[in-house]
Amino acid sequence: MSKHLIHLTVNGKEHELTVASNELLLNVLRDRLYLTGSKYGCGVGDCGACSILHGDESVLSCLVLAVEADGWDITTVEGLADGDQLNPVQQAFLDNSAVQCGFCVPGMVITSTALLRENDDPSEAEIKDYLRGNYCRCTGYVAMIKSVMDAAAKMRGE
Amino acid sequence: MTTLKSSNFRLVGERVPRHDAWAKAKGEQLYSADWALPGMLHGKVLRSKYPAAILRAIDTSRAKALPGVRAVLTAADVPHNRDVTKFGQMRDVGAGFEGLYKVLAEVGGKIRFKGEAIALVAADSEELAERACALIEVDYEPQEGVFDPREAILDNAYLVSSEDASNVIMRTRVEQGDLEQAWEKCHLIVENDYYTSPHEHAYLETESGSGWPDENGGITLRVGTQVLEHYRTIAKVLGLPHTKLRNMSVPMGGGFGGKEDITVETYLALLVKATGKPVKMVWSREESIEAHSKRHPMYLHYKTGVDRDGFILAQEVSIVMDGGGHTYLTPWVQMYATINGSGCYNIANLRCESVSAFTNNTFSSANRGFGVPQVNFCYERQMDCIARRLGISPYELRRKNLLRNGDPLATGFVPLGHVALDQLLQQTWDKLNQTPKPERLPDGRKVGRGIACGMMGYGRLCFLHDISRIGIRIELDGSVTLRAGVPDLGGGQSSVLAQIVAEELGLGIEDVRPLIMDTHMTPLCGTTTATRQLYMSGNACLAAVQPLKERLARKAAAIIRDNQWPQNPATGYIWRPDIEHILGHLVFADKKIYYGPDPGKNVDFVAVVAHVSNEGGELFSEGQFNAPFTEVPDLNNIKGQILPDMTYTCHGVEVAVDEATGDYQVLRIVAAIDCGKAVNRNSVEGQLEGGTAYNLGWLREDLAWEQGITRANSFATYLIPTAADVPDIETIIVESRGGLGPYGAKGVGEPSDNSIAPAIVNAIADATGLEFNTPLIKPETLYLALQNERN
Ligand code: FES
Ligand code: FES
Repeated sequence: MSKHLIHLTVNGKEHELTVASNELLLNVLRDRLYLTGSKYGCGVGDCGACSILHGDESVLSCLVLAVEADGWDITTVEGLADGDQLNPVQQAFLDNSAVQCGFCVPGMVITSTALLRENDDPSEAEIKDYLRGNYCRCTGYVAMIKSVMDAAAKMRGE
Repeated sequence: MTTLKSSNFRLVGERVPRHDAWAKAKGEQLYSADWALPGMLHGKVLRSKYPAAILRAIDTSRAKALPGVRAVLTAADVPHNRDVTKFGQMRDVGAGFEGLYKVLAEVGGKIRFKGEAIALVAADSEELAERACALIEVDYEPQEGVFDPREAILDNAYLVSSEDASNVIMRTRVEQGDLEQAWEKCHLIVENDYYTSPHEHAYLETESGSGWPDENGGITLRVGTQVLEHYRTIAKVLGLPHTKLRNMSVPMGGGFGGKEDITVETYLALLVKATGKPVKMVWSREESIEAHSKRHPMYLHYKTGVDRDGFILAQEVSIVMDGGGHTYLTPWVQMYATINGSGCYNIANLRCESVSAFTNNTFSSANRGFGVPQVNFCYERQMDCIARRLGISPYELRRKNLLRNGDPLATGFVPLGHVALDQLLQQTWDKLNQTPKPERLPDGRKVGRGIACGMMGYGRLCFLHDISRIGIRIELDGSVTLRAGVPDLGGGQSSVLAQIVAEELGLGIEDVRPLIMDTHMTPLCGTTTATRQLYMSGNACLAAVQPLKERLARKAAAIIRDNQWPQNPATGYIWRPDIEHILGHLVFADKKIYYGPDPGKNVDFVAVVAHVSNEGGELFSEGQFNAPFTEVPDLNNIKGQILPDMTYTCHGVEVAVDEATGDYQVLRIVAAIDCGKAVNRNSVEGQLEGGTAYNLGWLREDLAWEQGITRANSFATYLIPTAADVPDIETIIVESRGGLGPYGAKGVGEPSDNSIAPAIVNAIADATGLEFNTPLIKPETLYLALQNERN
């Protein structure tokens, strides 16, 4: 297996890593950088538990080879809050008790954050459509959708 | 002893953020797969390719020779490969309830399902472990197998196991009144066959964990499980004393019953013992779907007779359950199904008979609802069929027959808690029909509405003699450490205990730190199954906190009495009330202890703690709660109290059916539950919404079993509901205060998923006239049925 030197910026911190050509970004984040907030749920792009931000865009890190991510600026769930100051989506998830087992939550808040960066006034239907790639088995999504609506309102200053 | 009661709740009943929500929202919560240790190896399981086969031979030599492979184990390497299923705190309850638990398939014996574990590997990397598995040579002699439990119970059927002489796992029955006589009085008899499909838990977190050797020849695991008490079985398999097998367990990314049986724990412990190194194991999604239990598929026959006015006179039910390849919890699930078979109705004449059998399908065990959603589906479909035949509304028919306070269950036992079914039905029906039902939507889709009620127990089977224990320690700064061996699978199982302790001691939830889920460092709370934690461990919390509260109150009363009563300026005399009087009026709130009638008289909680500590008073306490204990019932006719109490639900649904494509959409859901008392309102709503979505999924989730092979073994093919599939859920929370839990609470976790599936299918029937006898209705199913109707 050939090895490659790559550079990643993760949550504002730069990393230089030697990775195998078949190594997945999800595993590099979890096993090499110990950022275990991003989760394995299926490994093939179906569940969204591994979602991360590449710039402002939500990406499934289980579908990205680490070598492809060379030069990327990545935010994982660990990078969303500013110290104890949660980002608006995280705060809304808390306020609405949208967190049960929490396993889907990292991916869910990442994808919701990406949505709100793209569109600060999404309709309920738009939120549902945007989140359809992020599975949650615990909540029935009701509280999560409400959370995203609340976060959007807060971000618009309402 | 003075009992101090909080007159007004401060925390109980509120919308309280759970203590662990911050960590989870920030991605800081560590789950079973998130731990790493230096020098850690990676474990893999080699699983059977065939659902039915004789295992002729295993050759591990090539795998062992691969550099970097540290251990390859087969059944021959397992000290005690066989055990009977001893589940949690189970008592020995006779042969009828024991099933074989086999760690690895044995040479010469039969493979019982595809995915059965044959060998274990530990290697330096996951990739190497996988390669080693591929190098193990297994000699299988494939067998015909049997995949339908109705065939499996026949005399000449293929025998699934090499250890049993029959495929029958258990037969049982419940009976009341005189059926034969009752049939003669019936005005209408409705008879139907039903089939309920298997269901996959599909928790987002697959089974995973790690383990390492500890310093005294023991083994420590870090594995999330619904049942900490499995450590005893794991110790036995390894030949270790119970003291040397510890699980420092962690919260789960969902469980729903699928992590109620042992998953990775035994494999990890064996590999740690064999290598002397830390080992980690994470199941892939495909492995998870193929290797863990499913909701029991059932074949059911229902015969229901009513009089002219719609009162049910008789109901006869027979059930054939598919237990799959191993026993696991089948007998208990079967008891739940059997005693609930006749439904949440008052029926004088009934019989429900059931048989469970091995097949070569994936084994069946606990799945949210534990055998109840299957029968609930059928009896609630029966009700709608009857209503349509009689020409009365499904609401009216149910109202006439519902169980009410004082009515006996099928076993003759009158529930101890409140029965709110008529209230739930009424409120759900009213809300669903607030606006008149349109015939069609503007886009042409046909609209239907349906309703269904449900009943399910909380707390374990009473003959299992269930207990829970909680430990509380008050720290010198006035904060509290709560120690609870409570498996938290995401339902807020531990947070609610912190809330109860905070409520009782007048603290904030943030002042109580729950340390949970350690087999040896936290008092064991029993399993997180059977919707029992709030009921059992909530009561254990009250038992633990009461003596502490009493001790602190005595001290506080003395301080207040001695220091806070005014001197009469004229006489210099201080009149002081009796200490017992003060004690009776103390209130714990806002980190203070108040004299209720004059809150200006108070003392800081932490000051009282300091006094008690100085005087050598105990600031710790352990409390235990025992459920009602009964004897094992006669399986030939189950009678009496089988479960502590019941929780009741009702669901109302509006669907739109596209007759051209067969696609249907659930437009509205009204979900109602009597939770007794909502200790954390958000958690109750969350359970109700989540449970509703869970069994909404049952209607389209198809494992596509073919002769023991699971065709839909990934999230690409096994499709669970997404955000786009779940409509807004209008919840109705009734608080009767009539439960057996703390403050009159009832359990809600599993009952929440009851009654939604039949409500949807009833709504489809309302829209189309099609009476489906299975919950599995994919658009193509509906399309074909509509086509058939037309022709
Ligand atoms: S783990 Fe990446 S989408 Fe499921
Ligand atoms: S909170 Fe458990 S999967 Fe979403």
